[in-house]
Amino acid sequence: MKKILLATAAALALGTAALAEPVKIGVAAEPYPPFTSPDASGNWVGWEVDFMVAICKQAAIECVITPTAWDGIIPALTSGQIDVIMSSMSITAERAKTIDFSDKYYNTPAMIVTAKGSGITADPAGLTGKIIGVQVATTHEAYTQKYFAPVAAEVKTYQTLDEHNQDLAAGRVDAVMGDSIAMDAFLKSEAGMACCEAVGAVADDAEILGAGVGFGLRKGDPLLATLNEAIKAIRADGTYDAISKPYFDFDIYGK
Amino acid sequence: MAGFWKPHRVGMAVVALGLVALAVIYGRWEWLANPKYQMLFVKGIWLSIWLTVVTMCVGMVLAIPIGLAQAVGPWYLAAPARVFCTVIRGTPLLMQIWLLYYGLGSLFPGTWVQKSDLWPILRQAWPYAVVALSLSVAGYEGEVLRGAFKSVPHGQLEAAKAMGIPRFTLFRRIWLPQALQRVLPTIGGETVLQLKSTPLVSTITIMETYAVAGRIRQDTFIIYEPLLLLAVIYMCLTGLIVLLFRWFEAQTPSRTA
Repeated sequence: MKKILLATAAALALGTAALAEPVKIGVAAEPYPPFTSPDASGNWVGWEVDFMVAICKQAAIECVITPTAWDGIIPALTSGQIDVIMSSMSITAERAKTIDFSDKYYNTPAMIVTAKGSGITADPAGLTGKIIGVQVATTHEAYTQKYFAPVAAEVKTYQTLDEHNQDLAAGRVDAVMGDSIAMDAFLKSEAGMACCEAVGAVADDAEILGAGVGFGLRKGDPLLATLNEAIKAIRADGTYDAISKPYFDFDIYGK
Repeated sequence: MAGFWKPHRVGMAVVALGLVALAVIYGRWEWLANPKYQMLFVKGIWLSIWLTVVTMCVGMVLAIPIGLAQAVGPWYLAAPARVFCTVIRGTPLLMQIWLLYYGLGSLFPGTWVQKSDLWPILRQAWPYAVVALSLSVAGYEGEVLRGAFKSVPHGQLEAAKAMGIPRFTLFRRIWLPQALQRVLPTIGGETVLQLKSTPLVSTITIMETYAVAGRIRQDTFIIYEPLLLLAVIYMCLTGLIVLLFRWFEAQTPSRTA
């Protein structure tokens, strides 16, 4: 017994020496298609997962996906439960106070989705007196609070995208604001096709909506430079476009 | 009062004060100065109290017939009451809340309900929270009251009948007061539990106290300090409930054998 233990200990010691600890990549535990969602057998799939595989290969690091609750994902990073946030997190000044961000790896506009034929437009005038649903602690919530909350009847916050979409379908909220790609996936679903339509993107505000989506890292983590180089490399060699093609019919990297 | 400060109590008080001092000195409390969060907390606490009081009252009113049906009712009343209590007590409250809010709510689109005058109320979240929490109280207290009704000595009821007291007066003056008096301590405890069930409704967009702490965490990324404040708030509310029920119990003189 003792021998086995010793052997295990030795193997572990060697293992750590030869291979660095795998980098724990935190994704929000809720499905966020087409970026991150668990498939029927529980494996994480989506554009962001494919992208991560390419990045980790490029940077020659071992990565493991660690599902984490979205509303606690930054504390999970700062407390060391995960090493990198890869969860379609927009780069914002507010978040940058607590964590470091890599360069952006995609940037898509935010859009307003309403019930069919609602006549609502994607601006404060159109949303006056309406009930708006938005996912809590997102850039969309910050945007809604700044531009729509003063005129809207009520802003309701939800833990997940699914919940506010469900309440939109149930008619409890008049409009929801979300990322165009995630909302597009909802509108293509059976429930989304039955009830709802997109009424357009909101006016841009880089200060709130951020400069795109990046990896989140602990302050001063040297991994940051590695990831930035890897993003640059796979952008340059065409891997990025090859990954994106099956998912999107436009360039999600943005301007 | 002098007898209160025994050495072990002094020790515990020092430890408690030390913990509070540590939390105050080393914690980040600047968000407490933000009037937006102060307002949210005031509203949240009010909503927690409101939900607890309203659902306990509605639940108790429902629990009386349910308890009575189980205790002395004919089988066609007793059986449904028993099934109701079993289902409510046998399933998670969170699931009941979600079934009502998202399940029932998803049946309304495109039906007459959405065009009715009730829709402005039914599209909000609080009616579902009140119904779910009240049904939960009714399920648990229905079972408690079943035992309470049975425990009132049968001789008293027989005597009252022999005196020619009408059935309803008998129930109102003799049976119900004694049953309630017997379970008052239990109901006090259940009210405390009910208070601590209210955070579950934060999952259906109701901004009660727990949701406010969650919101501050999500806005500021400060985790422990709002939770510590939350613990203090719930402890104060619990203390109030305990005091209230002690007062209730003191109002009803009881003779112990």
